[in-house]
This record gives sequence, C-alpha cells and structure tokens, in this order.
Amino acid sequence: MRVPVEWLAEYADPGLPVSALEERLTMTGTKVEAVHHHGVDGLDRFVVGRVLEAARHPDADRLTVCSVDVGDGGPQQIVCGAPNVAAGQTVAVARPGAVMPDGATLGVAKLRGVESNGMILAEDELGIGTDHAGIIVLDDEELAPGTPLQGVLPIATDVLELEVTPNRPDCLGVYGVAREVHAATGAPLQPPPWAEDPGTPGPIAGVEVRVEASDLCPRFTARVFEDVKIGPSPAWLKARLMAAGQRPINNVVDITNYTMLLAGNPVHAFDLDRVAGGRLVVRRAREGEQITTLDDQVRRLDAEMLVIEDDAGPTSVAGIMGGERSEVHEGTTRVLMEVANWDGPNIHRTSQLLGLRSEASGRFEKGLAPEQAMEAQVVATRLMLELTGARLAPGTIDVGGEGPPPAVIRLRERRVAEILGRAIPRARQAEILRALQFGVEEADEGLDVAVPAFRRNDVYREADLIEEVARIDGLEKLPATLPARRGSAGRLTTHQRLRRRAVDALVGRGLYETFGWSFTEPGIADRLRLPDDDPRRRFVVLENPMSEDQSVLRTTLVGSLLDAARHNAARGTPDLALFESANVYRDTGERLPHEERSLGAILTGRLHPPSWGTAEPPRAGFFAAKALLGAALDAVRVRWEVEASTEPFLHPGRTARVLAGGEEVGWIGELHPLVARHWDLDHGAALFEIDLDRALGHADAVPRYVDLTSFPALRLDLAFTLPGDVPAATVLQTVRDAAGTLLADVRVFDLYHGAQVGEGRKSLALALSFRAPDRTLTDEDVAPLRDHIVAAVRDGLGGELRA
Amino acid sequence: MIERIDSLRAEAESAIATAESTPALEELRVRYLGRKAELPNLLRGVAELPPEERGSVGRAANQARQALEQLIEQRTEELEAGELDARLAADRIDVTLPGEPPQPVGRQHPLTATWRELEDVFTGLGFMVVEGPEVETVHYNFDALNHGPTHPARDRSDTFYVADGRGRREGGDQLVLRTHTSPMQIRAMEAHPPPLYVIIPGRTYRRDQIDATHSPAFLQVEGLAVDEDITLADLKGTLLAFARGIFGEERDVRLRPHFFPFTEPSVEVDVSCFQCGGTGYLRDGSRCNLCKGEGWIEVLGAGEVDPNVYGYIDDDRYDPEKVQGFAWGMGIERIAMLKHGVTDLRLFYENDLRFLGQFG
Repeated sequence: MRVPVEWLAEYADPGLPVSALEERLTMTGTKVEAVHHHGVDGLDRFVVGRVLEAARHPDADRLTVCSVDVGDGGPQQIVCGAPNVAAGQTVAVARPGAVMPDGATLGVAKLRGVESNGMILAEDELGIGTDHAGIIVLDDEELAPGTPLQGVLPIATDVLELEVTPNRPDCLGVYGVAREVHAATGAPLQPPPWAEDPGTPGPIAGVEVRVEASDLCPRFTARVFEDVKIGPSPAWLKARLMAAGQRPINNVVDITNYTMLLAGNPVHAFDLDRVAGGRLVVRRAREGEQITTLDDQVRRLDAEMLVIEDDAGPTSVAGIMGGERSEVHEGTTRVLMEVANWDGPNIHRTSQLLGLRSEASGRFEKGLAPEQAMEAQVVATRLMLELTGARLAPGTIDVGGEGPPPAVIRLRERRVAEILGRAIPRARQAEILRALQFGVEEADEGLDVAVPAFRRNDVYREADLIEEVARIDGLEKLPATLPARRGSAGRLTTHQRLRRRAVDALVGRGLYETFGWSFTEPGIADRLRLPDDDPRRRFVVLENPMSEDQSVLRTTLVGSLLDAARHNAARGTPDLALFESANVYRDTGERLPHEERSLGAILTGRLHPPSWGTAEPPRAGFFAAKALLGAALDAVRVRWEVEASTEPFLHPGRTARVLAGGEEVGWIGELHPLVARHWDLDHGAALFEIDLDRALGHADAVPRYVDLTSFPALRLDLAFTLPGDVPAATVLQTVRDAAGTLLADVRVFDLYHGAQVGEGRKSLALALSFRAPDRTLTDEDVAPLRDHIVAAVRDGLGGELRA
Repeated sequence: MIERIDSLRAEAESAIATAESTPALEELRVRYLGRKAELPNLLRGVAELPPEERGSVGRAANQARQALEQLIEQRTEELEAGELDARLAADRIDVTLPGEPPQPVGRQHPLTATWRELEDVFTGLGFMVVEGPEVETVHYNFDALNHGPTHPARDRSDTFYVADGRGRREGGDQLVLRTHTSPMQIRAMEAHPPPLYVIIPGRTYRRDQIDATHSPAFLQVEGLAVDEDITLADLKGTLLAFARGIFGEERDVRLRPHFFPFTEPSVEVDVSCFQCGGTGYLRDGSRCNLCKGEGWIEVLGAGEVDPNVYGYIDDDRYDPEKVQGFAWGMGIERIAMLKHGVTDLRLFYENDLRFLGQFG
C-alpha cells in the first residue's frame, strides 16, 4: 500500500518529520517498508510563470523561444518544445537548479544555439500525470509569477510504502491509515470524506438491481449520474493517483480508483446506456458458463462463482473483473456507480480457481466491512458532482445494508497486565481505544468496548483489545523478564545426544556434512534400478511441485549424496567423503507418510590426498565405508554386524545388510557401475545408509562398569586355513561358541590367499583374548579351550590350524 | 716396581684423557687392563715377590687398576654423550613438512552448527527439544493454528499439497508439506499437559522460487512456552537471552506489533545490528549494509499464543483462562546467514566443498 504523505496529511497531519512518522507507524504495527520520494526536489526552483512572448526558434520549427516572467530577476528566456505554448499563458516553470523526478538537476541549456534558462513543464515531467502532448496551462490568472509551484500543484511528496497485515484491510485506504496515524501520534483526525452525503435514499428510476446470492454479496449499492462529461481529471487528483502508483485514465475511471485508494472499497463504473435493460442481477454462475473478461480471456465458471449480468447476459465476474461491454468510454454520459461488498472467502476461491487476481479481488478477499461500501459510494458521489459536471439522479440502491451492530467486549484491567507483564492504567487503555475509534464505557473491573465496523472481523475478543492497547502504548516499554519455569529442566534427551555423537564421529573421521533437498524426481527410482515392488518407489507425491524434478519426496539419501558427489567431482574435487543426516519419506497408506531419520555417507576417489609419505593413498571401497559406519555405531556403542546381501543399485558381490542388535537397519556397498555412470562417477563410490533412530535404539547409552583391570587378559593368536567361501563372521562365531565365557574378544588380524594355503582356500589369523573376572588365567586354563576351538573350526568349517 | 706402576698409571691416564672415541677407549682398556697387559700381569705376579714387597706393590697395582677402570668408565660416558649429541644433531628432519599420514578434517554443515547452537541456547533457558512430521495435515498446519479458511498461506501457489491418489482426503485431512514448524505446537500440547517449554527445529516448505533469500525448503526453529503466567515481557526476556547467546552480549531486541493467525498479541522481533552496533552507520560514516541503516535486523515472528489455539487442544488443562504462553518461529538459514555473513541462501544446499570447508 503506497500512501502519499501529502494526501494523508489532509486527514491526519502529524506535523512530524517523515522519519519520525515512519518510526512511530512501524512501532505501532503498520510497518513502513520504505519511504519513497515522489516528484521533484529543489522546490524553490519550481515557480508559476507567465509567458510574455512566444516566438518561433530561428533554427527549429518545433521549438518556441519564450520570454517568461518568473517573478524576480526579470523575464527569462526559455525554449519550449510543446505545440500548445502561447503568450499570455500561466505556466509551471522549472528554473536552473531544479531537481526533476528522475534525479537530474536542470541547468542552463542551449537548444539549437538558443539559451534556455529553465523549462516550461508538462505533467509527465513533474510526475503528476502521463500527458506529454503539451505543457500544463494553469487556468488561474490570479496566480502571480514567481509563486511557489508547490502550493499550486502537488509536485512533490514523500510516499510511505506500508506493509498492511491481512487482519487490517481497513488500512488499505488513506483514511484508514489516517486513523492509525491519529492513534499513533495524537495528530487530530479530520472528519471522514464520506461525512456529508449529497445523495438521497429511495429507488432510482429506470434502474433495477436484484441480488440472488445475498449470502455471497452482503451489500450492493448503486447510484446514477446523468450528463457526465468524460475528460481528464484535475492535476491535484492525477498527482495523487500517480504518487499512489496508479495511472490516470479519465475523470470517471480516476474517481473510481481515487475513491478506492481513499475509502478502501473498490468501485465500479458502468456506462448505464450499455447496461441492457437497466437491470443488474447478481447470481451464481451456471456450471461451465463462460465469460470474456476485460483482459480478453474466456473464463469458464462454476456454480459457486458470482457474476453480475444485465439483460444481455453476464458483464463481470463479481468483485474481481468487469466486462468490456458496459465499461465507460469517451462518449459515456450516464454512469451507474456500483459499490458492493463481497464474501471474502468466495472471492478468494474464485480468484484462485480462475487464476485471476485484480486490485479489487485482493481487497475483497481480505473481508471488507459492508459499511465501507456506502462510505465509498458517498466519496464517489461527491467527486462525480465536483469533477465531471454530472447530475446525481435521485435515489440510492442499497441491497443488504449495514452489517451487524457493534460487538461490546469486556476488557478486564488486570488481564492487560497479566498478558503483557506490564500494567497499563485503565484511563490510558480507554484513551488508546477511543483514539482507535472504539466506543468505551466504564465497567466492572475494566471497560466495555464497542468495536467499530471496520474492525469487526479482527477484534472480537478481549485478547484482541489487549493487543490494541499494547501496540499503541508501545511495546518498547515492556520489561525483559524470564518465565518462572515451573518444573522444567531444559536438556537434550539421551536419544538426541546419541544422534549428535554418531554424526560427530563421522565429522571427526574427516567427512563433510551435506544438506540435500527433500524433493527429488520420480525417475530416480529407475536410475537406481529399483524393482517395481521396492518400498523406495512408494514416493510421497506432490500435487503442485515447483517442477517435475522436485515432484516427490526422497525415500533414500542416495540420490542427494550422489548429486553432491557429482557436483564436487565436476568442480575438480574427485576425492570425497560426504554424509547427510536427514529425514526420508515413504507413503505407507497410513494417515501420515512414514518418516525416518536416515544417516548416509558416500566415499569416492582416494581416502586422503597423496602426500610426501604416501604417494598412492588407498581408494574408497566397501571396507572404507564399513569402517566409517563402524566408527559412527561404535561411538554410540551399538552392537552391529553385517551379512552379505544385495541392493539393486549396488555391486552384487560387494553389498551387505547392516544389523544392529539383530535388527536390519541399513546397508553398505559399492555403487553398481551402471548407476555410477548416471552420476558421472567413473571411478565408483562406496556408500552406506542406515535408519539412524532405529540403530540408536540398540545403543548402550548408559554402560555398566565391568572390571577389566584387576586381572590381566591372556592373549592368543591362532591362524587357520579354511575353504575360501567361509565368511570371517562365521569363523568368529564358531570360535565364540567353542570358547565359552572366558573368551573376551576375538578378531581377524590377517587374511592370506596363496599357494601356501592351497587352491580355493584362505588363511585367517585371529587374535583372541581370554579373561576371568576373579583370577589371572594361565596357559593351563586356556589350553583346553584352544583345543575346543581348533576342533570346532576343523569339524564345523573344514579349517586346519596352521603351524 | 712401584715406579713402574706409577709410570704405567700416568701413561694410561694421559692416554685415556686424550682418547677421542669409544673404540679408541676400548683399545686403551685392552692395552692397559686387558689379559695381556702389563698392569694385570704385575698383579698376577705379586705372589712371586718377596713377602715384604707384596703388600705395597699389590696395593699400588690394585689402586692403579681401579683408578684406570674408573677413568675409562668416566671417559666412556663423556664420549658416549658427545657421540649421541653428534648423532642426534645429524639426525635432523624438516619439521615444516606436513603431518603424515594426512588426517583430513571433517566439517559440520553450517546449518547444523547453527541448529545446534540454537538448541543449546534454548535448552539452557529451560526448553526441551522435540521434532515432528514434515508431511502434515491441513488440520495441524493451518486449521488448529487459527488460519482462516481463506488465509493466503493455504493457497496452492504458496503451499505444497500432497497428491491424494486415493481421493479420500478432504478439509483438515489433506496433507501438505508443513509450511512452518508451528503444527508441533499443537502436537506438543496434545502430548503434554502444561507447563510446557519446547523448541521444535526442523525442515519446512513453501512454494517460493529459489533466490538469494528464498527457498522452497528451509529450516525453522519453533518455540513454545505455556504455563500459568507467561507474559509478553517473558517473551522479550527469552528472546533477549537468545539474541545475546547467538549474536553477542551487547545485543538488544525490540518487539514490533505484527499479525499472525496463531498469536495475539503478535510481534516481529528485531535484534540490534551487530555490525554497526545498532547505530545504522559504520565507523567510516557509511550506511551499514547489514541492517540497511536501520540499526535493527528482523529475525523472527512471535507472540502470545492466541486463545483460539488452545480451543483446538482436547485437554481442559489448556484453558485460556488458566494458562497462557508465548510462541515464536525463526529461520535457521537467516540466523546462519547473519552470523557468518553468507549472502546467498542457495549456498547452503549446493554442498560445494569450497563453501562447506569454511564452517563447522
């Protein structure tokens, strides 16, 4: 909402520098987004002039050399290019030093060799109109040359650009803002421009209005003007429209716009001679009914949309856009001025469904008060009579009338202090509410407050009154206190701390954390080779995505990790270790989709940069990914293991499912070459992804103490040759089962394939440690266990102890 | 005989004192004290001497031997120390080479860092951290947060709706990507009786074209405190503590009246500019580019929980005549951008290592 300060001051002049007004409005809830300067600057250089002589320029047919009386310093020679300049005219003159609306400073110029000491002005040069065909001729001959132009034409004003919150459609008019200025600054508020109505009630001869959808059209008013002369608006009105951001068109159209900007309610002018039958009907459209709107689009309506029709059919989509047939035009002489109130939700719906927004729909959908319709009708009436030479036909059509009488709300004095944390005396509360045009009566414990119509939708409870009092009194007066915090101890839960610990382990191992988009494209399922029944195809699908590429929610972090890898690889960083911890989403048919916190990582290229000591660093592969996942899970003491497995997007021989506490929580593997190709990762990648929250469910968050220091462990290494296809995990399990409770730990420390161990066989070297809780173990204690183990590996797995 | 011993001793002492290396010293030890050396032989021959000489000669020879042994030992230590020094001095590395093997340093994403910082500030102020679903019902995202039926945020131009293939979701059951973390206000109140102090961080979504300050997906932190007597002044104090915790101890906050459907009174909260100290101008007199000369930076929206919101909680302990509280919501990206001077929000989601490497 753009509000010219010059216009605002007609109704409430705070007498403050604009910066102080800006501050006060902002701090009382009407945020000033910006202050623009509209028009010219260097105001003392703009004066009234009288053209004394006007002669053809010696070297240019279209230029006139004028001698202009500008008050002091004798007549000035000014070269003018306008065709309408003539001796005897009273004109607007810019003298050297004037600053034009575009910021340029006017100097003494030579036009085709003739010196010009200024400029005779056209409207558009002042920013007060669009006319450039000729100069402004001031028709007031009383004006003395040298009179400051600012007093004659509104050639300069500051313009407030206001952020009007959706609850305050009353501030979409200059007078509404004036009411706020009054309450915020104490500036006297002038009576509203609709205070005196030149109109009369009763029917209008030859005009009929029927509202068949009164539920969606609470009020419809109309007046008729005869002998209208279409022409330009006066300069002051055009200047205000321009400053407010509207282009002047002609007096009648300008009046509808000016009225809307002043009173808030949109106004529509019909050429009554083109309203077939002189009858307007407001009705619901027929399902599928078509209408051509002013923008030349054919619109297809449904049965909840409203049209205004005359005897020849629909002319407008009600409250949103008129039709061409009955628009006012240059030859219009009879105008029907329509000012109505429409149901906000319905206008909103129609506007949405048709994809048709207008200044009018934007206002109606916020819910204007029915009272505003007649206020605007009165303003328009006064302007029509004043500016178009029109005659007001007797009568006023008013279907629906005013809204319900004012609600009265009790405002308890103590409640203000209870909510705000600062007491505001009852007298001050009353003063503020009265300034905001509320009716105020003393009552038990507080005030009885009557809400004006224009605030009816926004203020209907005590809490709303408290806000009004608080914002005008000044929130800057509130102390800064802290809540009492009964029984509340702020902390992260154990689970939240474990999450941090797990991902921190990866950061500690040199990984970079990434943030991927939740959105992805459905085609990723094919690129990841997911079969039709894969749950990761059960996307949450968006009805209105930004684009097809972002039309579903990701079911896995893999795509985001691959995207991040490709992005960096393409920018010269092929060695990458990245992870992300974020939600993935799956449509399960339940009320809400399944969401789980996933932790995924990708490794590509070398595990660290080549260095002076390590020319050929190891490259990322399955075991690097497994070690990193182990770092994360071990950090939070999750007991985990893996089993050979497959995933459609992973190398079939290098994939494992991850089990935490026996429960499957994710996978590790090397990227399938066909998938790698899609992301230009020619050298492959290793990844893992787990359901972090499920894995953390198996974390030993509060470990119990075990005495590992009183008695030393006894260590033993054993190496076996085994059939090549026996997994290490099976060997370890066989050892554990055979060794019994004294075995504290067993792990693989060497793997060997080669001629020494025979074709198809391998050698695994195991480090075992034994421990008893109550004594130091001896070789004699362990010898029988060793024999058990050797026998179990031999009998169960075909393994031979190596000498 | 005694003279011979004295002269041997003198000769040996002089040789030991001037020996230059441990091998040379070893040579001297063999020469003067070895099996074939003269002094030990003298000792061995004491028995053959006349009895009156045996005592004095034996003593002298023994003393000489012990003295020489001691000298050699002493000299050996001296030489060894010198030789170790020389060896260490020669065993020099270029300490300016990089560490080996390299230990790549990982980086937390700047949004995670800011997210955690916010969690830490607010847990310190007595809030618990809860999370909630990102795919939400219209009921929780709009209806129960007192959004009117035509609130523009509900528009399909503003909010992502989930396609309903089964065609049986209507009204409040329709699914959206939550447009704010506020739906968890309702879920938190449904799950816990008052007093309730929670913050809710998480991803949120709005149908904004991506540019330097907008993104269709972004992060928010919601705050909610409901108790018997939580005032707007308490909100101010809480957010002042937040502002100082995140942006520095000298910060101030101001509350500006605003409108949100689910708070009443509603405010926008500005933090005094930490670049210009709230003056609007930099030391060189130029206008502060961070706050655009205003001295204040808008960081979040907040207010007292609207009484209508409690009406959506099916728990009569949330009676607006008995409890009251405040709520706020802030964008994590915005906080991170302000804190680190990041000028383009898109950088957070590009995952370019040259960007990520600067933080965390």
